[in-house]
Amino acid sequence: MSLVTPDIGLLFWMCISFGIVVFLLGKYAWKPILSSVKQRESSIEDALNEAKKMRDDMAKMSASNEEIMRQARAERETLLKDARDIRDKEISEAKTRAKAEADAMLGRAREDIRNEKNAAITEMKNQVAELSIQVAERILKDKLGDAAAQKALVDKVMTEADMRKS
Amino acid sequence: MNGTSAFSFLLKPLVRAAFALFLVVSCSPAFAQEHEQLAGSNEVHGEEHAKKEFKAGELIMEHIGDSHDWHIVGHTHLPLPVILKTPGGWEFFSSSHLAHGEHYSGKYGTYALTEKNKMMVVDAAGSADELATKAIIDFSLTKNAMTLLLCVTLMCVIFIGMARGYAKRGIAGPKGLASFLEPIIVFVRDDIAKNSIGEKHHMRFVPYLLTLFFFIWFLNLIGLIPIFPFGANVTGNIVTPLVLSTVTFLLVTLVAKWPYWRHMLAMPGIPIPVLIILTPIEIMGHFIRPFTLLIRLFANIMAGHIVLLVFFCLIFIFSKNGDSLIGGFATSPFALAFTIFINCLELLVAALQAYVFTLLTSIYIGTAVAEPHHDHH
Repeated sequence: MSLVTPDIGLLFWMCISFGIVVFLLGKYAWKPILSSVKQRESSIEDALNEAKKMRDDMAKMSASNEEIMRQARAERETLLKDARDIRDKEISEAKTRAKAEADAMLGRAREDIRNEKNAAITEMKNQVAELSIQVAERILKDKLGDAAAQKALVDKVMTEADMRKS
Repeated sequence: MNGTSAFSFLLKPLVRAAFALFLVVSCSPAFAQEHEQLAGSNEVHGEEHAKKEFKAGELIMEHIGDSHDWHIVGHTHLPLPVILKTPGGWEFFSSSHLAHGEHYSGKYGTYALTEKNKMMVVDAAGSADELATKAIIDFSLTKNAMTLLLCVTLMCVIFIGMARGYAKRGIAGPKGLASFLEPIIVFVRDDIAKNSIGEKHHMRFVPYLLTLFFFIWFLNLIGLIPIFPFGANVTGNIVTPLVLSTVTFLLVTLVAKWPYWRHMLAMPGIPIPVLIILTPIEIMGHFIRPFTLLIRLFANIMAGHIVLLVFFCLIFIFSKNGDSLIGGFATSPFALAFTIFINCLELLVAALQAYVFTLLTSIYIGTAVAEPHHDHH
């Protein structure tokens, strides 16, 4: 029975001791320990969140890099295309211009040729006429050197003229 | 956290626990020697006092009970202060005056110890004066009271030192003893308090629950270490569980909110005829729950000590207290093996009972502070 009969003295010391330990540890041990454990846990959590955020940022950044690259590439494409267009236009313009020039030159040349030809023809005509006259003169000189010949010719012409009249 | 660090995180406390186990087990032979010497001294006294017989029951009761002096080794005892409140006034003297059944005459009377180590007043003729004995109150710093003070000092040194370390190291990881104790603290906070009280209120009770857990655990362990200055059976004494469960009872009663009382007095949704039966049961439950805490801790620890000693006493029973050497030697290995086995078991029980007491306390607090919307499901 003495086992389950609480001893007053021990009860007193127990209350004192337990009270002291609850008070002292509550104030000087658990509060700082729990708060630093909490702090450590939250700092670890913060660090993890930070790392996650950083990773997300990196992913975002690389995505935006990709976008910029893509834009740059597209821009280069358009620039090249523009340059090509300009070049083509210029070439074709130059071609047109050259063709027109050539045409004009050809035209002029043809004109010249025609003129020369005409001049040559005219000159030739004149020379032929002159030669014909000279030839005719010579012939005439030869044929009509004597009076009989001249009389024969006049007769002939007169007959021809008569024939034509009738 | 990678694999290896998680592994060492788990391993470190385990290694420490194993070391502690080894330490305690290796102390058991010392325990054996102590008792052999004790038995020897009993024999010497036995020859002086007309061959006293070895009584295991008495020895066990003496060991699990409180005493006014502290046995160190062999015939050496540490005298402890005796403090008595008598009708005349306070008496202070050393317990060495009461050793071996001697009487001591103080200012207000003559005192002696009974066979059960209780203080009694003796009259002029030398026999017990029961009326005067009832009038005195014994506030002596007995073995258990001294162990309590030792435990309080130990806890303060360990945990306030640990807190200092935390203050100095900031948020860096725990080091030394703290790295063993911190997982336990976090376990009490998360797995005991938060799980059973709930996210909202648990931090209010965590400091008390931590103190409770370590107080019981340390006292249990102190009771298991058989060498001076440990070995007092404090948690197996009715006073410790009585005080602790009373505090639980008061705490639950004081922090209980309206839903708790409403459920106790008239459970919603239950017809009145059933309530006539249920309400008294619920009211009784409010008192019975802390009472079961008391019985559980007291019975477990006391029974553990008794079993431990019973296996031990087998040696002296079979050796007929030194008369039969063969009996003694034949029993010793088995008795020792069993003692060591029970000792290991008790190490587990020491932590388990501290855990169970703390867990149930926090569950009771949890039901007391539960919010109304948690009650209906």
